[in-house]
Amino acid sequence: MRLGRIARIVIFCALAVSLLPSAFAAPKGDPIKIGAVFAVTGPAAYLGAPEDRTARMVVDEINKDGGILGRPVQLIVKDTGASSEKAISFAKQLIDEDNVVAIIGPTTSGESMAIKDICQKSGVPLISCASAETITTPIAKYVFKVAPKDNYVTEAIYKTMNKMGISKIGVLAANTGFGNGGKAQLEKYAQAYGITIAISEVYDANATDLTALLTKVNATGVQAIVNWSIEPAQAIVAKNMKQLKMTQQLFQSHGFANIKYVAAAGEAAEGIIFPCSRLVVADQLPDSNPQKKLLQKYNADYRAAYKEDASTFGGHAYDSLAIIKAAIESAKSADPAKIAAAIEGVKGLSGTAGIFGFSAQDHNGLQPDAIVMVTVKKGKFVLYEGK
Amino acid sequence: MRRYLPAAAIAVLAFALPPLAAATKTAYLLTQLTMSAYYVLASLGLCALMGYAGQINMGQAGFFAIGGYASAFISKLNLASRAASPFVAALDFLGLVSRGTDSYGNAYLSPSPALACLCAILLAVGVAALIGTPVLRLRGHYLAMATLGFGIVIEKIARGTNALGGADGLSSVPAFALPGGLEITGGRAARSANFTISWVVLALGLLLLVNLIGSRSGRALRALHDGEEAADAMGVDTARYKLKVFVLGAAYAALAGVLLTHYNGSIGPGEAAFMKSVRYVAIVAVGGMANLTGVLVSGLVLNFLSLRGVFGSFDDAVFGAILIAVMLIGPAGRGLAARLRPRGASAAASSAAASAAPKRGGSP
Amino acid sequence: MDGSLFIQYFVSGLTYGSIYAAVAIGFNIIYNATGIINFAQGEFAMLGGMIASSLARSCPLWLAIAAAVVATAVVGVAIERLLLRRVSRFGVLKMIIATIGISIVLRELALAAWGESVRTVPFFTGNEVSSISFLGANFSPQVLWIVGAIALVAVALTLYFKLTLTGKAMRGCSASRDGASLCGISPGRMVAIAFGMSAAIGAFAGCVVAPLTQTHYAIGSTLSVKGFTVAAFGGLGNSVAAIAAGFLLGMLESFSIVVVPEAYKDVVTIVVLLTVLVAKPTGLFGSRAAGALKEY
Repeated sequence: MRLGRIARIVIFCALAVSLLPSAFAAPKGDPIKIGAVFAVTGPAAYLGAPEDRTARMVVDEINKDGGILGRPVQLIVKDTGASSEKAISFAKQLIDEDNVVAIIGPTTSGESMAIKDICQKSGVPLISCASAETITTPIAKYVFKVAPKDNYVTEAIYKTMNKMGISKIGVLAANTGFGNGGKAQLEKYAQAYGITIAISEVYDANATDLTALLTKVNATGVQAIVNWSIEPAQAIVAKNMKQLKMTQQLFQSHGFANIKYVAAAGEAAEGIIFPCSRLVVADQLPDSNPQKKLLQKYNADYRAAYKEDASTFGGHAYDSLAIIKAAIESAKSADPAKIAAAIEGVKGLSGTAGIFGFSAQDHNGLQPDAIVMVTVKKGKFVLYEGK
Repeated sequence: MRRYLPAAAIAVLAFALPPLAAATKTAYLLTQLTMSAYYVLASLGLCALMGYAGQINMGQAGFFAIGGYASAFISKLNLASRAASPFVAALDFLGLVSRGTDSYGNAYLSPSPALACLCAILLAVGVAALIGTPVLRLRGHYLAMATLGFGIVIEKIARGTNALGGADGLSSVPAFALPGGLEITGGRAARSANFTISWVVLALGLLLLVNLIGSRSGRALRALHDGEEAADAMGVDTARYKLKVFVLGAAYAALAGVLLTHYNGSIGPGEAAFMKSVRYVAIVAVGGMANLTGVLVSGLVLNFLSLRGVFGSFDDAVFGAILIAVMLIGPAGRGLAARLRPRGASAAASSAAASAAPKRGGSP
Repeated sequence: MDGSLFIQYFVSGLTYGSIYAAVAIGFNIIYNATGIINFAQGEFAMLGGMIASSLARSCPLWLAIAAAVVATAVVGVAIERLLLRRVSRFGVLKMIIATIGISIVLRELALAAWGESVRTVPFFTGNEVSSISFLGANFSPQVLWIVGAIALVAVALTLYFKLTLTGKAMRGCSASRDGASLCGISPGRMVAIAFGMSAAIGAFAGCVVAPLTQTHYAIGSTLSVKGFTVAAFGGLGNSVAAIAAGFLLGMLESFSIVVVPEAYKDVVTIVVLLTVLVAKPTGLFGSRAAGALKEY
């Protein structure tokens, strides 16, 4: 039977279409094992739980898109409950037993410092989601972090204060690694920006009422107060200030970057100014911004999957995985040593926290422009333009 | 002789398990077994106090932390800038310093971990004696609360003091060099050796307690447990014995803290947390209060499972539930180990005495 | 320190003190009935606040609070019936350990049920930014509600124990168990009532302070320690003394801010506790005789 030309074209197309599914086939081959050490429950769960959810979501998506180098990614998550000895035990498990090629997390600075040496000596890349300076200072070849440097955040606050004409401030910090780190940075850069810190106090992270402390601060005649903590203290400081009829401008740390915290503080959140990454104001960015699409997609996916708004902490997990993926693809290998070397070569990678560019001397990858100032208007996050 | 069996078994396993693990390619389990051994050491110390002297200590984690932090702090002190001072020179002469360059290229001259260990244990013992004297006059829930308060104070101090690393704790703690070229450290190459070291220490600790219980002091302790007034009437210096056992328990916890800190290479304020003290108490309760072997076995098993993450996010809940379950099970809170190895007579007698003692209500 | 500053610290101290006194009262009731310290007392306050915060979204506040109080009272009685009754034969040490275990399990159950988030309860009057002024000091109206609620509880309790039959029966039972049962009072029932009351008061206190302090699954243990400190400070078993001691401790914590960093505030509390326990275990207002009587 002689096939007409059209028939041959049709048969050819049909054959081609029938072969297509294999192009979208599930990734085959040895899985690439990535370990994750998060504080999903316990005192740091505000940070660790979003990180855990984000990591799973991202890995699912990577696998749907064909994996990395055609191989599926297997994420092994361990919940440390913010306990350092568990972090150590799990890190060793992941390295020695599961033979992971990289580890993301831990959630807190204490845990990160506990396993920094382990990962370095074992030669397994560690991308921490915590913010302490000591994680990348001094630099260890295998250890990286994706949270913005504390000094970018503090300098952003001070620049805003300069524009607002504020020169005398009070600093309150929770007695956590995060709080103490922020306080240290604020004290370090105050003089350079002409800011006087009239009072600087550390409070118990679980304090339920800070009216006595705020009364003490109020009596020193400061123009603004900077609070460095996470929940619940962030909301308590805001509410107590309003109850004490204090009118000073309240600045919070980048730990405030979750709309749930605004809801917790209710009306007291109005007018708070804080620095953070562009994630929470993604819709207000100009279309030309290179991060906008990525941020909007992350926000939408997270909300669809977990019925709550995304936060910048979950974003750290997103960035860690994106960096590992980029490194493996550029090294064309999932060997831990090659991954670590390749990460140092990652440049111009859009993440949730900013645009990442690593080098042998820079294991954080972010620049000061990764931070924007955000304020709360009518219960929503709004880019702070300065008034 | 039978009572030395458990200690002997541990000593044998200390040397027999590594080659076995290597052969079955499960050598990674040695890590958690090593960490468990150190935690069990703290529970053993507590067992002597709770099971035999009948006193409660809800702040055992505080002594563990004192040991660990003191050792970490002292062995990390860099005296390189003061190498010329007579004190440092004397230490150097006695061979009590370690020197070298760290992984970032800085030269250091620090007190050796052995010296740090000694200081740490002395500090813990001193603190125990200091607070034990007034606090052990209290009974029941007053003692529980007082020791609980002590534990909280230690945790607050650890968390609030910048010199101790604040909330992040101390890391990059140097390896503890032992004679014979061994060292207590967390590196993979030293994994088998460290397992052996930890279990040998455990065996020795157990041996010491077994001897103590069997000695004259031990009998005095048991008399104290069964009825304090009666023991007093018989001429037993109850206050002195209580203090001795309290201090001994603190020393065990401190030693465990020192060794684990050098093994892990770090320590954080979490080691002084109330939940840690609860775990030590839970393990003593499950083991059978006055049953060293029971505490040993249940401690190793529970800590091992916890460190491997088997309990997942419900770790704390498991220990809490264990506390309740064990209290409900039997008169002396008999654990499985006691069921297997009946110490029926003495356990029943002490429980009978404890329940017959008048309920101490308003007067402490 | 000028007048308005003093008043401001005073009001803060009043707020803290009321919270601690409420928990201490719960301790005392159970202590008088059973002779044990219930480490899970703080968890009752936590449960009250958490349940109220969940219910307040769908029903009026007063109903949410009432339901929370009743539910927690049921939990308290259940704990006594199912768990503690069986352990009571085995001595004080075992009971202490059992109540510690119970407090941990309650906390973990709360975590499983409500997650790790901080939860809020609506303010009784006004909202989170309302503020009233008095003699130069500013504070939330909720403070008045808290102080008022505790005063109400104290008065109600005193009347209950002095005037009602059950109240008198409970006092009789705590003075002498055997004597009471000889008179036909069932000690078992009295203990169950004591637990129910204690849990209810704890939950009520938790609901009243929750708008101000917010609530989450882990607040129970700190409250228990502070509550016990206040109870011991005043003399175990004496609720009126507990209120006085509560305010004293609250003032101490509040004014200590002037000289001691806030992060060490808890250390101040515990040092007070340890000193009291060692120097005068019967408490500031207690005496051996009063302690033996265990009057409410």
